[in-house]
Amino acid sequence: MKRLNYAPWLFLAPFLLLFSLFTVWPLIHSMFLSMQQTYGPGRTEWVGLHNFKFLLTDPLFWKATSNTVKFAAGSLFIQLPVALGLALLLNRPGLRGRAYFRLIFFAPSLVGMPFVAMLFAPIFARHTGLLNKTLNYFVSSWPIDFAWTQNYVMSALIIAALWMSAGFNMVYFLAALQNVSRDLIEAAEIDGAGAWHKFWHITLPEIMPIAGFVTLLSVIASFQLFELSYIMLNDSAGPDNRGLTIVMYLYQTGFEAGDLGYASSIGWVLAIMLISIALIQRRILKRHEDR
Amino acid sequence: MQNRKAAANAIIYPLLVVFAIITLIPFAHMLAGALKTKFDYAATLFLPAGDGFLGIGWDRITLDNFVRLFELDIGRAMLNSLFLSSVHAILTVLFCSMGGYALAKLRFKGREFVTTLVLTALIIPGPLLLAPGFQLLYQLGLLNTYTGLLLPGLTPAFGVFLFRQAMLNGVPNELIEAARIDGAGEARIFFELVLPLVRPMMGAFLMISFMGTWNNFINPQIVLQSPDLQPLSVALNNLKGLYGTDYALIMAGTIVSISPVMCIFLLLQREFIAGLTGGAVKG
Repeated sequence: MKRLNYAPWLFLAPFLLLFSLFTVWPLIHSMFLSMQQTYGPGRTEWVGLHNFKFLLTDPLFWKATSNTVKFAAGSLFIQLPVALGLALLLNRPGLRGRAYFRLIFFAPSLVGMPFVAMLFAPIFARHTGLLNKTLNYFVSSWPIDFAWTQNYVMSALIIAALWMSAGFNMVYFLAALQNVSRDLIEAAEIDGAGAWHKFWHITLPEIMPIAGFVTLLSVIASFQLFELSYIMLNDSAGPDNRGLTIVMYLYQTGFEAGDLGYASSIGWVLAIMLISIALIQRRILKRHEDR
Repeated sequence: MQNRKAAANAIIYPLLVVFAIITLIPFAHMLAGALKTKFDYAATLFLPAGDGFLGIGWDRITLDNFVRLFELDIGRAMLNSLFLSSVHAILTVLFCSMGGYALAKLRFKGREFVTTLVLTALIIPGPLLLAPGFQLLYQLGLLNTYTGLLLPGLTPAFGVFLFRQAMLNGVPNELIEAARIDGAGEARIFFELVLPLVRPMMGAFLMISFMGTWNNFINPQIVLQSPDLQPLSVALNNLKGLYGTDYALIMAGTIVSISPVMCIFLLLQREFIAGLTGGAVKG
């Protein structure tokens, strides 16, 4: 019996050691760090709450936030409906070739974010890009510079992310749809319910728990956008910071300008945003369940 | 009813095919681009035009981009990626399954506390730890080393949590008790009894961890400075900085970078999807 007392701690040792050293300690340390200004990792100066005060009036931070929110809205209102739509199409009983379609739609999510950026940069290129050349056939004779106009930069990022993530989220939706009880649907059909009615009143409430989870993960991931924008815009935020995101601003201040203190305050504000989103989302889901 | 079904199918199949083609276009564009010379890249959208079969200049297709890629030492970066991702995946699966096992199946004082710790850790956003983590690595003298790159990510709370969930239902308590009565040691029970029961979860998490490291960019970009230590993501991006407009070369590099992950996925496909959608794993 005695060995049972230390065995659990031996099994947990790698997690507890590494977690304390590389998560708990940096987390505590970052609170102090966020009240300092640093010049590289070695030299620091105590500035109190100045970083946070400055952050609230920092136009670059607000630019980054507004860009990030636009991108998150894109994934919320475009990418998730597309993912759900694909799942609904694939969920049709007796559909032939389902496994192949699923594999094709899922394939892009195997391409990591940095490589998606490298794959799409040439597609959006001004003169040689696939998209501009194709558009020229149909619409205008003028190539669009996707890196230049504010709305085009964000659209390009949303399109690339749509390609990458729609199939990934589709897999979750499909798993949820396959758990919707056939009996409920059949009962509704006998009652003469139309397709729209069935979807709105039976399918959607049934998949709500997983849909809520997928939505939350997508929004949280969108708020941490970095590589896609950074690599597509050639290691920068683009002209006039049109592709700047919150994490990119954190990266630039911390690792290009060397102020780890200010970077930590950006990190904390981001963490507060994400936790608030998670809490709001939980309340919405709860209210939905109570109904 | 039968007619309505046929009509619906007549819409659904073409729709699916169109979406499938749209999804495949970027892949096709990349593949075709990598096989063209710089000149042909600017001239045509997909394969080079010519008077061969289907109006394609098959004789103009070239592997030159791949040759140049390896002359530019991308092979080294590929080996680095392979090493980092494999070591990370194996150790992560080992450590997370150990932790998950203790939380799911062993009784001890403090179990609730550690479980709460794991759940709380799930909500900590990664970017928050970038700056303090970098300073810590600086103080420990681990900057520009693989130890510094790998150690912080070896025990993600997310992994411990996944294994806990999988073992909670997938491993019967009676089996463990029986083995204990037979006098098996705790380590033996874990490795020979418990782990085989959660093999699907191990496969899925091995894949997730491998892909996570393979596709990671921000950590190696911050931690590693020496070019000969860089993994593919960073090395290829540096190449993009130098040969930015030579898209054909970058496309060849992208193919080289994504094909290993694609191959592993095709091998582990079933386990991966089952593990992704979580909870669906049964022992």
